[in-house]
Amino acid sequence: MLAVQKPVQVPNPLSVPSNAPEHCPGTESELAGKADACNGCANQEICASSTPKGPDPALPFIRERMNSVKRKILVLSGKGGVGKSTFTAQLGWAFAADEQLQTGIMDVDICGPSIPTILGIASEQVHSSSSGWSPVYVQDNLGVMSVGFMLPSSRDAIMWRGPKKNGLIAQFLKDVDWGDLDYLVIDTPPGTSDEHLSVVQYLKESGIDGAVLVTTPQEVALQDVRREIDFCRKVGIRVLGLVENMSGFVCPGCKTESQIFRPSTGGAERLARETGVELLGKVPLDPRIGKSADYGVSFLDEYPESPASTAYLDIIERLKEILGDP
Amino acid sequence: MAVQETPVSRRLRSVKHIIIVCSGKGGVGKSSVSAQLALSLHASSPTARVGILDVDLTGPSIPRMLGLDGHGVHQSSDGWVPVYADARGAGEPRLSCMSVGFLLKKKGDSVVWRGPKKNAMIRQFLSDVRWGELDYLVIDTPPGTSDEHLSLLEHLAPVHSRLSAIIVTTPQAVALLDAMKCLSFTRAVTLPVLGLIENMSGYVCPCCGEISNVFSTGGGEEMARREGLRFLGSMPIDTELVTLLDAAESNEPDTASTAEVDRDESLKARSFELLQRYQKTSSAKLFTDIAAKVIQTLSSVEQTTAAISV
Repeated sequence: MLAVQKPVQVPNPLSVPSNAPEHCPGTESELAGKADACNGCANQEICASSTPKGPDPALPFIRERMNSVKRKILVLSGKGGVGKSTFTAQLGWAFAADEQLQTGIMDVDICGPSIPTILGIASEQVHSSSSGWSPVYVQDNLGVMSVGFMLPSSRDAIMWRGPKKNGLIAQFLKDVDWGDLDYLVIDTPPGTSDEHLSVVQYLKESGIDGAVLVTTPQEVALQDVRREIDFCRKVGIRVLGLVENMSGFVCPGCKTESQIFRPSTGGAERLARETGVELLGKVPLDPRIGKSADYGVSFLDEYPESPASTAYLDIIERLKEILGDP
Repeated sequence: MAVQETPVSRRLRSVKHIIIVCSGKGGVGKSSVSAQLALSLHASSPTARVGILDVDLTGPSIPRMLGLDGHGVHQSSDGWVPVYADARGAGEPRLSCMSVGFLLKKKGDSVVWRGPKKNAMIRQFLSDVRWGELDYLVIDTPPGTSDEHLSLLEHLAPVHSRLSAIIVTTPQAVALLDAMKCLSFTRAVTLPVLGLIENMSGYVCPCCGEISNVFSTGGGEEMARREGLRFLGSMPIDTELVTLLDAAESNEPDTASTAEVDRDESLKARSFELLQRYQKTSSAKLFTDIAAKVIQTLSSVEQTTAAISV
């Protein structure tokens, strides 16, 4: 007999009330329900009751959903604008080039979702069915979920504090009907904060296969990547490797290569040596990458002859090797 | 409008203008624009006092850009003493800086904080730092429209009439989309926007001089026109500036060094030099215009908000 589940409503992010008190100590804290900030909070009694705090009720559902996902890869970088989303998209496209593989991309950058634009599906919407929210499909074997699909207009800003972002991330993991996936690539916002902690916590039981760190050659970006490596070690995620993006620029006029973002401190290479993290490869800056992202087409398919395409493909090949996939 | 007295408003009473630099997208140059704005405002008058506050807690870049990596914050009876970028300059130091980067023991340390802790840190930055008299306080923000921004606006509510924002974007569609979100945010919280800066607009090949639009071009100006914002200017990619703000020539200060005093001295000497070296870059000239526009717009924007609040 088929168990009919109640369909889960797709939330309208703008209508959710922001009712967690500002100085909420966190539900797992010892002070939960007892701190000054808890006075007046609707959930104060639940937090204050001395019953032992159970694990997040979402966890068993997440575990069940994630059972059918073989590999979960995080794309991280401390700094913004270094090409996380672009790399995620290329990775998704490259995995999906193999028709036998099912790939999913999950965009947990709640405040600045770029994945829908980069994949050319910005105007799509999420539909809900009895088995959960259906991801938006770029092609038959590449499903995508992002908060960008839930906003009434692309100009709407999501002004959320942490707890609400966490709630949505949990829903992305438990309510999305991913189906059987070979790869789930998770694109994250810059930094090391709520979104990152939540993804890691929610996926702890099902296991994350590893993280790819994206950086640019400047010290300002590398500094943030060092923090990200520190973060991965603190929370126990394996670092699969480092990708240096925007590494050198070939002038289309005279074909001379110059360094826009100069590796003043030895670039990713030296960082990789210092921290014992593998450098997966360097992707040169090609103006066509940005353009492809703006138009939502696959750079790898459009310009297979570009040195950047070769670099991307080599990196992805190496990644598969590290993961032990054929 | 009855303005409530809070520790933040008490502390910021002596600050004339507060400029928040924001952008929805990361890596578009918020920190470099903040640093340049602070330097240009500092240079705009021989007496201008400028403060720069970095509220990007999980990825502070301002210390590196101002060549202040490795400095620490000192306590005084009157609160935290900011780090002065021009401590070695002639006369009184006029460029103060505060960032979570100064509070970290090692630069590789990560700050893995959820919202409530970030909120508390921001409140401390606003209420506990001894800025003294300031003409301008430039606040560099992290990407997005989340905890940091909401906290900032909440704590700054008592001084709302002195607040304004600058939006930074690059010309790509992806960045403009996020800049749009940022603009929606400023409208939602009634934060007056001084204008829009388009960063990374074109790159001049050092070899043949050809201009390549690495991240396309013109998008910022177009957006400013469509949204009725003032377009403050576009900044091409300037490798000289990238190198300068990335502090290429500096030797990494050894954090375990015992010769603390020597190190401090050399750091100070270098960072004051930064001002002079910055003024030699081509960006500095462009930015002088932008700073002039900012100063001019500031007075008119604040007059209007003052009129409204009365």
